[in-house]
Amino acid sequence: MKFAILVNEGPYQHQASDSAYQFTKAAIEKGHDIFRVFFYHDGVNNASRLTVPPQDDRHIVNRWSELAKEHNLDLVVCIAAAQRRGMLDEKEANRQGKDANNIAEGFRISGLGQLIEAGIQSERLVVFGD
Amino acid sequence: MMEEEGVIKKFLYLNRKAPYGTVYALESLEVILVGAAFEQDVSLAFIDDGIYQLKKNQQTSVSSGIGVKDFSKTYRALEGYDVEKVYVDKKSMEERGLTEDDLLVDIEVLDEAQMAELMEQQDVVLSF
Repeated sequence: MKFAILVNEGPYQHQASDSAYQFTKAAIEKGHDIFRVFFYHDGVNNASRLTVPPQDDRHIVNRWSELAKEHNLDLVVCIAAAQRRGMLDEKEANRQGKDANNIAEGFRISGLGQLIEAGIQSERLVVFGD
Repeated sequence: MMEEEGVIKKFLYLNRKAPYGTVYALESLEVILVGAAFEQDVSLAFIDDGIYQLKKNQQTSVSSGIGVKDFSKTYRALEGYDVEKVYVDKKSMEERGLTEDDLLVDIEVLDEAQMAELMEQQDVVLSF
């Protein structure tokens, strides 16, 4: 089965991000394909490389980055939702005249068309949110 | 965009939340507008407090309201994007004392069984 995943809530605040990760990992382990993981609403905050959780807690951002590296996952952060919330990659930071960027390794910023395309190309789009 | 030619899927945007208070409604509308360019078979459904997104006479300016942008007029423009199938949940309307006359756009009222059937027919359900 070819899955696409939509993550609509931020890390630590809400279970959705953890559930999406566990689902994605389990699907891969069962031999399914993940076409794309798309981060929207506060879900874009899952991509902040400045996230520093307590040491005895899970590191949600790094966990996504590692999963992406291991399985060549396409992690896409919505640009409009990201900019509202202060999430910028290097290119956007330069373009907007900002002095910093904060997108973690393995994530890329792109448009909402990537979400629609994921719906078209995958057999199931699974939404994790409130 | 790497749109696969000829593939037309049934997309349902399921709007469940009030227009203000959280950003879900506004950002859902942004997905609908972008999605329109992909020429898919699109339906919108409004249930629970999502009904309020279509309410006429929203006043949100600094002088008369909460000081945020009123995006409700965009729903009226959706027809121009070939987004014409708009459904609302009967029970949600009744619970809130709303009738079709209170809403900005032409809608079709569905009862619970019809709404369930609509969802069953879809390929992709985006729930906001």
